[in-house]
Amino acid sequence: MTQLKDLLSVLENVANNPAQVINKCLEEKRLMIGCAPEYCPEEIVYAAGMLPVGLWGGSTSIKNANLYFPAFACSLVQTTLELGMRGVYDRLAGIIVPAHCDHLKCFGQDWKVAVPQVRFIPLAHPINRKLEAAVEYLKSEYFRIKSVLEEIGGKPISDQALSEAIEIYNDHRKTLREFTTIARDYCTTITPSLRHNVIKSGYFMDKLEHTQLVNSLIRELKKAPPEEWQGKKVILTGIMAEPNEILDMFEDYGLAVAADDLAQESRQFRTDVPQGKDPLEGLARYWSCMEGCSLLYDPQKNRRFMLKTMAEESRADGVVACIMKFCEMEEFDYPIYKKTLEEAKIPLLYLELDLVTPSLEQVRTRIQSFAEMISRKR
Amino acid sequence: MPEKLTSRNLLNQLQTRHYTNAYAAKMKGQLVGWATSIFPQEFCETMGLTVVYPENHAAAVAAKRGALPLLEQAESEGYSVDLCSYARINLAYMKSQAAEIPIPLPDFILCCNNICNTLIKWYENIAAELNIPMILIDVPYNHGYEPTPAAIDYIKSEFGECIRQLEKITGQQFNQERFQEVMILSNENSRAWKRALDLNQAVPAPLNGFELFNYMSQMVCARGRQETGELLKLLIEELEEKIRLGKSCYEDGEKCRVMWDGIACWPHIKHNFKAFEKNGINIVCSSYPEAWVLLYEPGNLDELAKVYSMIGNNTCMEYQADKREREVKNFKLDGILFHVNRSCKVMDFMQYEQQRLVAARTDVSIMNFDGDQADPRNFAAAQFETRLEALMEIVAHNKSAKKSKEVTNNDPA
Ligand code: SF4
Ligand code: SF4
Repeated sequence: MTQLKDLLSVLENVANNPAQVINKCLEEKRLMIGCAPEYCPEEIVYAAGMLPVGLWGGSTSIKNANLYFPAFACSLVQTTLELGMRGVYDRLAGIIVPAHCDHLKCFGQDWKVAVPQVRFIPLAHPINRKLEAAVEYLKSEYFRIKSVLEEIGGKPISDQALSEAIEIYNDHRKTLREFTTIARDYCTTITPSLRHNVIKSGYFMDKLEHTQLVNSLIRELKKAPPEEWQGKKVILTGIMAEPNEILDMFEDYGLAVAADDLAQESRQFRTDVPQGKDPLEGLARYWSCMEGCSLLYDPQKNRRFMLKTMAEESRADGVVACIMKFCEMEEFDYPIYKKTLEEAKIPLLYLELDLVTPSLEQVRTRIQSFAEMISRKR
Repeated sequence: MPEKLTSRNLLNQLQTRHYTNAYAAKMKGQLVGWATSIFPQEFCETMGLTVVYPENHAAAVAAKRGALPLLEQAESEGYSVDLCSYARINLAYMKSQAAEIPIPLPDFILCCNNICNTLIKWYENIAAELNIPMILIDVPYNHGYEPTPAAIDYIKSEFGECIRQLEKITGQQFNQERFQEVMILSNENSRAWKRALDLNQAVPAPLNGFELFNYMSQMVCARGRQETGELLKLLIEELEEKIRLGKSCYEDGEKCRVMWDGIACWPHIKHNFKAFEKNGINIVCSSYPEAWVLLYEPGNLDELAKVYSMIGNNTCMEYQADKREREVKNFKLDGILFHVNRSCKVMDFMQYEQQRLVAARTDVSIMNFDGDQADPRNFAAAQFETRLEALMEIVAHNKSAKKSKEVTNNDPA
């Protein structure tokens, strides 16, 4: 039990205090590259011997970023730029910024001017991602990023290093998939907030080390029989379930997380990078294989069916839409899956989240009423 | 004697015909498409397809003050008020078809994200709700000054895919000869459109810039058509005549030449126009109508890919600043009025830095105001008027400062 507690506290500590890990990295003279939301080819950074650090904004007020953004930019881009402008990321050797949405396109361009001390490494994914030409194009984007990293690191990145990185990352993905499945059976120990922190800590650690820790955690968990859970279980869908306080609210009202469909969590690890002779091509092809995210072109809106299946398979009592305020990508999907879930009689809660000016009391009331509503249901 | 046909009359006729023809086609059982405003129309024009443009339709609905009920309907279906108002209007219209100007529902949709990625999400919803095919031409965001060769190859491959899909949808073959003709015609029209826009560089400007937004509709809806060429020819003749006579579109001349940066505020366009008139401000150009100047060598698909990829919204900070700087110089601008458009994130989120860059490179005066292209609730007349007055004051101040500087410079002592 103490071993379990220790492991959890180590991971939680990393998630909440990334600076400590980052200082260690600096001591070891390992370069770090920031990876902006939502999908970056971390494997290339890793293969360069550098540490990819996930940047997902943070709860903070805006004092500088309003020089670039009006108030209606999503809080992920607002707070990341704010922290960048305050010098929080000055130790990074660069930042990779994808252009998934209109906010991110502008964020990258603004970053270039606002935070010139942290090198801007742009990335534009192909959206017509099922075409073979899209793989070729994305490969060229990754090749450029690889060259930039080689220049920063002062040494070439070999195919072998890339293949190894892919293997390490796929292993990490597998481990996190296992963790999220197991966590479902230990809802008392693995609270919503702990579950989130176990996953989130991986953004600030070497993936090899994180995999080992999470594997140990899984082993420790399995030593005890599955826990009885008296409360209800929900699925979280959206970009991310922060600010942190909201996950504690789930716990307060007896809600556990059955599974997630969050870009910061399961969407990163539910698919493996296909292995093959050409590692960059594998990484590019990965983008064509992924499914079920608002950022992935989906004219049939299969995400709605995935969500329904996910809710049924994990025997969840409801779905919580964690909508980052002003995130069009998620806001457009919502009415579509709302209809599907309503037809399937799966309760759905719309939570509007904001890292800048969170109206936490309102969120609390909504979570509480939802929890009461689903407890009455069965 | 019949009254002489003005370009304004012809425009109205063509636009009315555009919508009635689309309806008639649907009634006859022909396929109808919906397309985003800067989709490479060359492909559907070659196939002779009837296509209508939801953005253009939403603008027309909003200008006729019909937006609010549709916006509210969309919100009741779960669409956030923060989403682009064109999208909300259209997605609601798709369900209720409640609008003064009707458009037929689509059998297929054509989407090109060269203006934003919002469109992709919006069109996905149409495709899913109506269960119809969606053709996407994705032009990756140009984080560099121009598209990379790999991006061009990717876009060209999408062109091929688009043709294959259109052939499948229509059961007809794509005719390469006709394609070439359409490309030639589209270029002629683009050149004429550019000529019309550039004529407003004259001092005083012959055309009130708001009118450009109206003529623009024809470039959106029928860029590859003969009749558009006729309209533009007429417009150019009228403008040249006005320039010859030294006529300004304002009775008391033009005190101030301003660029409108962004989309019009359709529900308030009359108010905006009056406010400009009151202040003697002439909107001589706008960043927006120029987007439909699409020039390439007909038959050169690399160029076709590049020109459709390099729409202002899809370009980087430097490219946009260079373009604005050129406009300030060519149109001899005194000011730029930036529309901080609640709907259009991609136009807004680089705008503050654009303002700083353009101000640093030129002596133009800059002002912005909060608005929305189609949601009447996101605009405050009082703020708008105050901002216009403030702009006029800065312009006047800058002009007199410039004059005194000139005097000082000319001072032989
Ligand atoms: S949260 Fe949404 S709007 Fe913000 S960066 Fe992510 S996808 Fe874009
Ligand atoms: S107004 Fe802006 S967000 Fe809306 S469709 Fe046009 S470019 Fe896209």
